[in-house]
Amino acid sequence: MMAEPIRTDMVIVGAGPVGLFAVFEAGLVNIKCELVDNLDKIGGQCAELYPDKPIYDIPAVPRCTGQQLTDLLLEQIKPFAPRFHLSQQAERLERLEDGRWRLTTSVGTVLEAPTIVVAAGAGSFVPRRLPLPGADEREGRSLFYAVRRMDDFRDRHLVIAGGGDSALDWTLNLQPLAASLALVHRRDDFRAAPDSVAKMRELVSSGAIDLHIGQITGLNGSGSTLDSVTIKSPKGEALIPCDTLLAFYGLRMELGPLADWGLNLEKNLIEVDLATFETSAPGIFAIGDIITSPGKLKLILSGFHEAALMAQKAHRYVHPEERLVFRYTTSSTDLQKKLGVA
Amino acid sequence: MAGISVIDRDGEEHALEATPGWSVMEIIRENDLPIEAACGGCCACATCHVYVDEPWLAKLEAASDEEDRMLDEAYQVQENSRLSCQISFHEDLDGLKVTLAPEF
Repeated sequence: MMAEPIRTDMVIVGAGPVGLFAVFEAGLVNIKCELVDNLDKIGGQCAELYPDKPIYDIPAVPRCTGQQLTDLLLEQIKPFAPRFHLSQQAERLERLEDGRWRLTTSVGTVLEAPTIVVAAGAGSFVPRRLPLPGADEREGRSLFYAVRRMDDFRDRHLVIAGGGDSALDWTLNLQPLAASLALVHRRDDFRAAPDSVAKMRELVSSGAIDLHIGQITGLNGSGSTLDSVTIKSPKGEALIPCDTLLAFYGLRMELGPLADWGLNLEKNLIEVDLATFETSAPGIFAIGDIITSPGKLKLILSGFHEAALMAQKAHRYVHPEERLVFRYTTSSTDLQKKLGVA
Repeated sequence: MAGISVIDRDGEEHALEATPGWSVMEIIRENDLPIEAACGGCCACATCHVYVDEPWLAKLEAASDEEDRMLDEAYQVQENSRLSCQISFHEDLDGLKVTLAPEF
C-alpha cells in the first residue's frame, strides 16, 4: 500500500550544501521544501567525505570545515523549517495528471510537488561492494554491507571486514549474539574511535573474538552460501571458516536510480538551461556538481548561485498566480519577516 | 618536458606529460584516464589508488598517517599502494611509473 503522500512545494534531492542553500533561496520566494538524502546525516560530501577538512573559497567565509559549513547553512535556513527524509534514496519519479511530480523513496516515503530539484552532487553514497567473484549472488544472503536487524546475525559464524567505526561498532554489538566472530582488517591499526578499539582488543585477548590481519581475496562455498573466506596477508593465504560476511569498506558515490528519470544526461551529468537551471523536464531543476553546462565549475559557490536562479523559475510553477518582485533581504521587511527578524 | 608513465586497467601503458607541482592524480585525470578521485584530492577518499613501480618507491615521500588510514577504504592494497593525489610531481620524479588499482 502506498504511504500517504506528503504534499509540498519543492522536493530537493540531496541535502548537501547546495541543496541546503536552495531551501533558503526557495524560502525567500515562498516555496516550502522537503529534502531527501541517502546518507543518515545532513551535509552531503561536506559531512561524509571531509567534515574536518578546511574550505577556503566560500565567499566572505575565509575558512570553515565541511561540518561547520553544513551547520552554518542549517542555521541560515532554519526560518524556513525544511523537513529532511534521511537514509533513503530518491527512487522513482512520476508525473501526475495535474502536472505535478511524485517522488517515491527507497523506504516508501511519497512526496508530491510541482517542482523537483536534483542537487545530488556525484550521486548517492552507497556502501562499497566487494569486487569479488560470487559477491553479487551472496549479497543479502551470506554477504551484507549493513545491519538492518541485529537478530539476522544471531548464531551466525560471522566475519566482519574493515577498520573504521562501523566495523568496530558492529563487532562489539554483534559479538554477544554471534556463534563466532572474526574481525579482518588489512593492518593492525584501526581508525575507529580509540574506545571501541580498546574494547575490541579486550575481546581478542579474552578469546571471545579473533582478529586477522589481511585482506579478503576470496569467497568460498556453493551458490549463495558461504563456508569460508580467503584472506591474504604478507605471510600468505589463510581460510577463515564462517557462514556470514559483513563488509565495511566505506561509501562510494553512484548516480543511482535518477539515471532512469528520463532527464537528458551527458556523461552522467544533467543538462540544464543556463538561465533557469531547469532540466529537459518541466518543473525539474538541477543544480550543483550534478549538472553540465558550458564553463561549469564544480564549486560550492557556483551551486549557491544556481540555486538562486532556479528559485526564480520555480516560483512560476509553485505560485503561478503571483508576480515575483525582486527584493533584497537588507531592505525588504517582507523578506525579513520570512527570516523571522522583522 | 618531464613525464610519467601510467598503466591502465587493461594493461596499456600511457606516457603522460607531467607538470611539476601537479599531483599525480591531477596528471592522470587531466589526461582523461579513468581515475575517480571523488574527493578532488584532499585525501578524503581512496578512489585515486595506484601502485607505484617498485624502483620509484624510495624516491617518494612516505605516506602520511592520514593517507594510510584512507587506504583502508581501498581494495587490493599492496606494499606499493599510494593515493595518487598525495604524490606531488617534481622534476626528480621524471619517468615515474604507476599502475591504476582496480575500481572499487
